Parts: sequence; C-alpha cells; structure tokens
Amino acid sequence: MTTAARTVPPSLADLASRREPPGITTGPCKIEADHMDFFYGDKRALQEITLKIRPNVVTAFIGPSGCGKSTFLRTLNRMNDIIPGTRVAGKVLIDNANIYAPGVDVVALRRQVGMVFQKSNPFPKSIFENIAYGLRINGMAGNKSELAGRVEESLKQAALWEEVKDRLQDSAQALSGGQQQRLCIARALAVRPDILLMDEPASALDPIATQRIEELVYDLKRSYTIVIVTHNMQQAARVSDYTAFFWLGRLVEYDRTDRIFTAPAEKLTEDYVTGRFG
Amino acid sequence: MSESATVALADQAAARGIRRRRAVDIVFQALALLVLVVTLGALAALIADVWSDGFSRLSWDFVTSFPSRRASQAGIWHALTGSVFVILLTALIAVPIGVAAAIYLEEYGSRSVTARLIEINITNLAAVPSVIYGLLGLGLIVRMLGLGRSVLAGAATLALLVLPVVILSTREALRAVPKSIREGSYALGATKWQTIWHQVLPMAMPGILTGLILALSRAIGETAPLITIGAVTFVTFVPDSIWSPFTVLPIQIFNWVSRPQVEFQTNAAAGILVLLALLLTMNAAAIWLRDRYKRKGAA
Repeated sequence: MTTAARTVPPSLADLASRREPPGITTGPCKIEADHMDFFYGDKRALQEITLKIRPNVVTAFIGPSGCGKSTFLRTLNRMNDIIPGTRVAGKVLIDNANIYAPGVDVVALRRQVGMVFQKSNPFPKSIFENIAYGLRINGMAGNKSELAGRVEESLKQAALWEEVKDRLQDSAQALSGGQQQRLCIARALAVRPDILLMDEPASALDPIATQRIEELVYDLKRSYTIVIVTHNMQQAARVSDYTAFFWLGRLVEYDRTDRIFTAPAEKLTEDYVTGRFG
Repeated sequence: MSESATVALADQAAARGIRRRRAVDIVFQALALLVLVVTLGALAALIADVWSDGFSRLSWDFVTSFPSRRASQAGIWHALTGSVFVILLTALIAVPIGVAAAIYLEEYGSRSVTARLIEINITNLAAVPSVIYGLLGLGLIVRMLGLGRSVLAGAATLALLVLPVVILSTREALRAVPKSIREGSYALGATKWQTIWHQVLPMAMPGILTGLILALSRAIGETAPLITIGAVTFVTFVPDSIWSPFTVLPIQIFNWVSRPQVEFQTNAAAGILVLLALLLTMNAAAIWLRDRYKRKGAA
C-alpha cells in the first residue's frame, strides 16, 4: 500500500495544497485542537497545537521521545486530568464541543473516547469480566444474555473471540502479550466509543502480534475515528491515512501520510522520517 | 617490563580482588545466618520453656473453667471469650474507619501542607506507647463518653491503638496498585469511586489484610491500655454484651504470673499457650483470606 504511494511523485497541485490537508478544511470534523497549550506545572509541554481530524480515518502521531505526542493524545480524553499540576489552555473540540469547557462530564467523555495503552493493562479478572466491567459501570450491561452477547461482539471486533471463546472464565493475565493487547482493545470497544486513542499499542509486541494489531486498526476505521501514537515509522506509514509530526512540543507538519513520507514540506520532517535523527 | 608481565601482574591483582570479594561475601552470609539463628533460637527457647511449664496443665477443663482461688480448678474461659469478643469488636471498629481514612488520604486527599501534616502525625501515632492510648481511652471513652469499663470501651481503646497501623498499611497497599490499572478503568468511563471499589480495593486487599493481621496481633497481646481503662482482673462470668465488664487473656496471665504459688505460674504458662494458639489461628485465618483474594484476583 505504502510502496505504491511512494512510487508516485507528488503532483504540482499536491505540492500547492500541501499546507492544507485535503478534506480536513471542508469535510466534517471529529476532533479539533485550536491553539492548544499544555502545561506540566510551569513547563509548557505542548505549544499552539492546531489540527483537525476527520471522522473514520486513522491518524498517526509521530516524533522523537518527549516530543509531546503522547501528551497530546491524552488530552483528547482528558486522561492528563488525573496527573496533579497539569493544565490546558486553548480549546479541544470533539464533535464541535469544547471538552475543556466547564461543566463537561469527564466520565461521559471517556466513554465516548476510548483508549488503549502502551503496556497492555488487563484487570486481574477473568477475560469475560474484563470486557463486562466497562458495560457494568456504564449501566450498559442489560440482562445476562445481552451482556454475554456484547462481550462476544466486542471480542469478535477485536479478532480475539476464536482464541478465547472456550476459556472466557480464565484469568486475562494468562493470555499472551498480543492477546492481552487485543483484549484491551475489545474492552475499549465494548462501551461503544466513537473515537479510539491508541498510545503505542504495539511497541511491546512481537512482529506477528504487531501485524494483527495493525490489521485490526485497518478494519476498525470503518466504524471508529482512530488516533495512534507510534515510534515505528513503518507502522505509521502502513496503518494511517494522515500523519502528524511533533517535535519539541510543537506540531511541525500534518498531512496525508503518503505525502509526509514521500514529500514532506518541512526539512525537519524529512530528516525525521528518513531516520537522520530521532 | 614486557607486556606479558604487565598482563600477568594485572591478572594477579584481579585474582586477589576476587578472593577478597568472595571472603567478604562469605562473612556477610555467615553474619546473616547467625542473626537468624539467634532470633529464631530465642523464640524457640521461649516457646519450649512455656511449653514445658504449661503443657501438663493444658486440658479442656482448663480452657472452659472460670477463675478460682484454687489454682488446680482455675481456668481461662472468661478471659478467652473476653479476648475474642474484644478483638472482634476492635476489628469491627478499626477496619472500616481505618480503611476509609486511608482511601481518603491516598485517593481523595490533596497533596497540601495539611495533608502532609496529617500524614506525619499518623506515622507518629503508630509509635506512641500503648499505655498512652490507655490513658486516652480512660479519659475520653470511659469517662467522657461514659462507656464505663465495658467490652465496648476496651475495643474502642484498642481500635484507637491499631488505627494508625491500619491506615498506614492500607495506604501502602493502595499505593502499590499500578497506575495502569487505574488508567484502564478511567479510560472506560469509570468514576473515581467505581475505580476504587471495583479495581483498586480488590487488588490492594491482600496487602490490606496483611496489615490487619499485624495490627490485630498487636492488639490481642496488649495488656497495658486495658488495665489502664480498668478491665477487671478477676471476673467469674463470660461477657454477654458490649456493656459487660470483661478481662482478656494477657491480663489473666499477668495476674497469675504475679502470684507466688508455683501452681499459678503453671496456669500462666498454659494461658500463654492458649494465647499463642489464638494468635496463630487468627493469623492463619487472615492468611487464608489473603490467599483467597490473591487467587480470585488471578482467576
């Protein structure tokens, strides 16, 4: 997919429109950051972040360690709220509503914006209970058969059902690393979010488990808006439609993935994606 | 000097270094073993001594009899029931308050100066001598609250005594729950309380129970605070309500030890054996509970 994109040289028209990611300014917008700053205490970790993400696309955040890509991802479901001393300035809009406005229900926001973490973090419960937990706490469990149905559906969506259907009552922590990560994806999908944030979901996995996660991301984008942070540039190139490059707390470049990797506008981006630093 | 000679010298020096490091290693291993032998040896000697003094006196009659002026007829039923009653009530008071306080301090309390002060004070309270708690119990619980010299007053005093330990160990256990589990729960749209109740507390439970074992084990052996608040040393009845006067095993043992007659000394030794058995039973129960929680967590 990406090799094909790389062989096609960018057209003149493409070059001209590079600073305005196609479709983003005109189409509907799922996530939007508007001059957003983020502070850890007095330290400004993110500066003037402005970008728009369309629904049902996969957007990759790339950049060297400490560039702020994970921090930005975690502002999208207000996960940074639980870290004392953090502060957001500017706006972050989801479905055109500022999620940092006073009176916003963080609990409801996080149900709508699911998250998968770098290190798989299954609860120390059974496979079934890991999925059922989110449904129960959100009052979506229904009766027993409805609950079982939704657990099955979520596991199927995460391509894990066939591997675990005979041992749903076994401990989730007995699963392999890749299975645990897919369980965490299933767990996030169970509460029916419409955005899925993934923070380096495959960085601790072997190549085969990584491939399964990537295939899953590809399948899931039909129903979800996905934002994925990754250190692995091949992964960004393989799974994403758009790529945002962060450097020192700034958004350096944001464009269609094929262009970021074949004809970036910024020298910095080019140096990074070609491996000259990072 | 040729190059090979230099290398040989360096090798020699390295060999000497390794020999010395090995020697230090062995010395420390021997020291650690010695300390262990001394500690366990002292404990074994103590138990053996009490066993040889008291085992002949142990019988079902001894356990189920009331105290008497005649040593051969005296028993510990009143004190045993008193101890069990008081310790159960202590747990009933101290556990909910202690765990709730720890949850507040750890999960909800801010990191302000006040919170820091409270934290330091609780740590200090855990080190306060128990007789001081006895005086506090006498003034506050027995007199001011008017609970009298009752089982409830004794339990409340002991609860005060163990609260700092319960709070500290519960906080440790809560702190040991990985951040990733909390984040996983929050990310699904769980509230803070749902996260604490469904994820954090079950995971911290083995640690909390370990702290409780230590705390209640300390409480069941306490004599000073209960004497201070006026637990009676000679009772001929079983406490039948939380308002009853009572005595506990350590006080009964203390009473017997202070008698001149050898027979009463033997009774004391037998009483100590019963107290040890009670302590071990309690600890075994708590360990069983803890392991059950651990298994439940893994399953």
